[in-house]
Amino acid sequence: MNEWRNFKEGDWTKQIDVRNFIQTNYTPYEGDESFLADATDRTKGLNAKIEELFRQEREKGGVLDVDTERVSSLLSYEPGYVDRENEIIFGLQTDKPLKRTVNPFGGMRMAKQACEAYGYTVGERIKANFEYKTTHNDGVFRVYTDEMRALRKYGILTGLPDAYGRGRIIGDYRRVALYGTDKLIEEKKKDFSELAAGDMTEDVIRLREDVFRQIDFLGKLAQMAAAYGDDITKPAKNAREAAQWVYYGYLGAIKEQNGAAMSIGRTSTFIDIYIERDLKEGAITESDAQEIIDQLVMKLRLGKQLRTPEYNELFAGDPTWVTESIGGIGEDKRPLVTKNSFRILHTLYTLGTSPEPNLTVLWSKNLPENFKKYCAKVSVETSSIQYENDDVMRPLYGDDYGIACCVSAMKIGKQMQFFGARCNLAKLLLLAINGGRDEVSGVQIGPKSQPMTGKLDYDTVLKRYLEYMRWLSRTYVNTMNIIHYMHDKYAYEKLQMALHDTYVERLMAFGAAGISVVADSLSAIKYASVTPITDETGLVVDYKTEGEYPKYGNDDDRADSIAAFVVKEFSRMLKKTKTYRGAKHTLSLLTITSNVVYGKKTGATPCGRKAGEPFAPGANPLHNREHSGALASLSSVSKLSYKACRDGISNTFGMVPNMLGNSISDRKNNLVAIIDGYFKKGGHHLNVNVYDKSVLLDAHEHPEKYPNLTIRVSGYAVRFGVLSRKHREEVLKRTFFEQA
Amino acid sequence: MKEEVYGYVHSFEPVGTHDGPGLRTVVFLSGCPMRCKYCHNPDALAFGGGERTSAEKVVERCLKDRAFTSGGGVTLSGGEPLAQGEFAKEILRLLKRKRVHTALDTAGSVYDEEALTLAKLVILDIKHTDKDEFQKLCGHKIDNTLKTLEFLKRKKIPFWIRQVIVPNITDDSKNLKELARLSLGAQKVELLPYHTMGVHKWEKLNMPYPLSGVKAADKDLMERCNAELKEYINEFERA
Repeated sequence: MNEWRNFKEGDWTKQIDVRNFIQTNYTPYEGDESFLADATDRTKGLNAKIEELFRQEREKGGVLDVDTERVSSLLSYEPGYVDRENEIIFGLQTDKPLKRTVNPFGGMRMAKQACEAYGYTVGERIKANFEYKTTHNDGVFRVYTDEMRALRKYGILTGLPDAYGRGRIIGDYRRVALYGTDKLIEEKKKDFSELAAGDMTEDVIRLREDVFRQIDFLGKLAQMAAAYGDDITKPAKNAREAAQWVYYGYLGAIKEQNGAAMSIGRTSTFIDIYIERDLKEGAITESDAQEIIDQLVMKLRLGKQLRTPEYNELFAGDPTWVTESIGGIGEDKRPLVTKNSFRILHTLYTLGTSPEPNLTVLWSKNLPENFKKYCAKVSVETSSIQYENDDVMRPLYGDDYGIACCVSAMKIGKQMQFFGARCNLAKLLLLAINGGRDEVSGVQIGPKSQPMTGKLDYDTVLKRYLEYMRWLSRTYVNTMNIIHYMHDKYAYEKLQMALHDTYVERLMAFGAAGISVVADSLSAIKYASVTPITDETGLVVDYKTEGEYPKYGNDDDRADSIAAFVVKEFSRMLKKTKTYRGAKHTLSLLTITSNVVYGKKTGATPCGRKAGEPFAPGANPLHNREHSGALASLSSVSKLSYKACRDGISNTFGMVPNMLGNSISDRKNNLVAIIDGYFKKGGHHLNVNVYDKSVLLDAHEHPEKYPNLTIRVSGYAVRFGVLSRKHREEVLKRTFFEQA
Repeated sequence: MKEEVYGYVHSFEPVGTHDGPGLRTVVFLSGCPMRCKYCHNPDALAFGGGERTSAEKVVERCLKDRAFTSGGGVTLSGGEPLAQGEFAKEILRLLKRKRVHTALDTAGSVYDEEALTLAKLVILDIKHTDKDEFQKLCGHKIDNTLKTLEFLKRKKIPFWIRQVIVPNITDDSKNLKELARLSLGAQKVELLPYHTMGVHKWEKLNMPYPLSGVKAADKDLMERCNAELKEYINEFERA
């Protein structure tokens, strides 16, 4: 095939196997960043237009425009352009840039609320389209038990994808580029026929229908691209087409679905293969190569979804989590770093900083030194990347996994996830102490038992806590089973699953918030003296905590082991309840910004945290309880087991630049040393913020002065100015390590 | 069984990025025989201050962060680490056994050949190059510092030279020129800008701050001094 000229053959030529294509054809790069080209004038011009649109969007209150007439899907809108003459990668969600879609498949009520929040009304046509249709949200709430509703209402389980798309599914968009949709449809048709061969059990019937829909949407994808003038039925012929075809795949996905996290996968090394071929053929220069990546990234930054205010509280900053996984090491020990790994990070300079795409470096101690130093440089200068431990993930996921959202690994095209947000493990402790009564309202929401009085005894409290944890874990699994059954039924991801193997492995991703509050509270009960304070009804509403106790975040095993134990136990307990479709239970410690929301719904905790105060994000120790410095904090978090928490352990780490040293060279080397050290100890994920506190203080008062100020919050980067005042304050409170 | 060696530690700085090469754990020992007018750790001056602990425990604490500091190491500072000679040496010995890179941050007020030999790198702070100005600035003689320097050069022990640039005290050409001459053979020369972030510690200790009114060394002054020093060093090297 002309499209595959000069590619080395392998398994990939005979069957769908993108990994094999990469392994057989990529060019490892060990050099430094000196080869990188600047942005072309065309890029600068286009980017300026886009920045202007973002400014208008901000001015308008966060949403520039909404298409209220048409239900979002692949073929709903005419082609749209930002500046047709100057684009080389095409495709918008609607017919205008930053015009958002209405996607009621997740829930009609939410679609209406989201529109109204910005002054729009869902059009009659959309309402008519959905008059006889059941949405995912409808389905879930038909079946939710009273207990589940109570847990949601009182803040034990929040942020569940029962009102919005579940996301966290990474279509293998590279398949579109490598094979073209004709070949992909051909292969799916083979699977479809095979499914006619055996008995028609429920599973077979369902899968056969799924494949039918997948084939249908692959066809629609080709039509969508054709409207933009590209024939994606055939494989990509060159680098521009490779990036474009990958993007079409992704664009189709975000037109069809409004999942919270719609990540793009592991595309940079893949696209580099095409770039290298073009460079060798003399078809492009390095400047052209950078331009292709710049244009791809500009498009990725334009992807937006319409959200309700409630959603925005949980996931502040208008995130889309277009997570791109960069680098990593192959199973044959060759690093997967290519020149494109540099190019995509370089977009933070050519286009300016931005939280999207969510640039994620798959870090290993064996990555080439030059790449490590470049990443550190980019972190020190932009605070816009996050790092994840490839050495700890590769044994579980291999060398072609991508990160969905912030920390969730999955084999691309072979594994999919049932996203489960997170439960409030801190409030669960209070619930346990209160015999099942919510400490804020007094309402009985959990199993009834005697509220605990008198000075709390550690062993007694722990035993009680674990009993309630057993109850919660069972309810949590059952809640998730309902959600994902309904999502499969009413909002199945046809295009994304078309870009997966027909037989996929399913992971069910649970989450836990407030681990640091739990660890510190149990530690206080164990080592200090904690006495509950009750109101007239006997409800424990506060705690008297006297004496010193070791806190999580100080590299003190006494506290850290409590955190590690709770995580392991919760992980173990979840596994006791059967999952929908036999999905494998996984667990993450990631909150995004729901640590603020959960904090609001949680009363005073034994560790001394006041009622309503935010939790620390993810697996971070609580604000200002890290008395022993930055490294001790990292050491504490690294003790949490990734094996127990294989959906990810999120750690946000901030420091003032001079803490890393005086010269840029010192800062690079020292940041590399910190990341290496943390991962060596088993840490999984690190969000790195290198900022001057004075900059943040100023940005807090004058967000309009810093429209591009990007920081990392929990699992992703966000434009500081886009956060609400409350969220900004919380970030400021977060410990910024300064030297004495 | 060997008896444990005890001493007094003021504090640890786990993220030492200004105290030798790479990321280092810095151990600040208590007590110093000098009384430099600009000292930014006046709370580390008193002997017997801080925590009484064993060399073993100090090393244990350092090794905790080894995953991070493997590219750097450990720096002994203070106060004056060599003023607790036996303690400092035992720490250096134990770290050496664990193959940890050690740096000794000293003003040379105590002359200790064994200690100087045990460290992999010596960071020598020459407070002033003129012996009278030295005495005025630090309340101590320059002699041991010069002896230390001479020993380092003779034994070819890797060393860095440091000096704090204080406006109107150490920023003159005569001093810089002499500093350049003394620094021949050093792996690195660092001029540190005088700052006032330690003043509040003097106030807390109810001690009058000797350099009250002296401004911090600004960017321009440092640029000027660094340029001058570089010129002198080049001159001396060419000679």
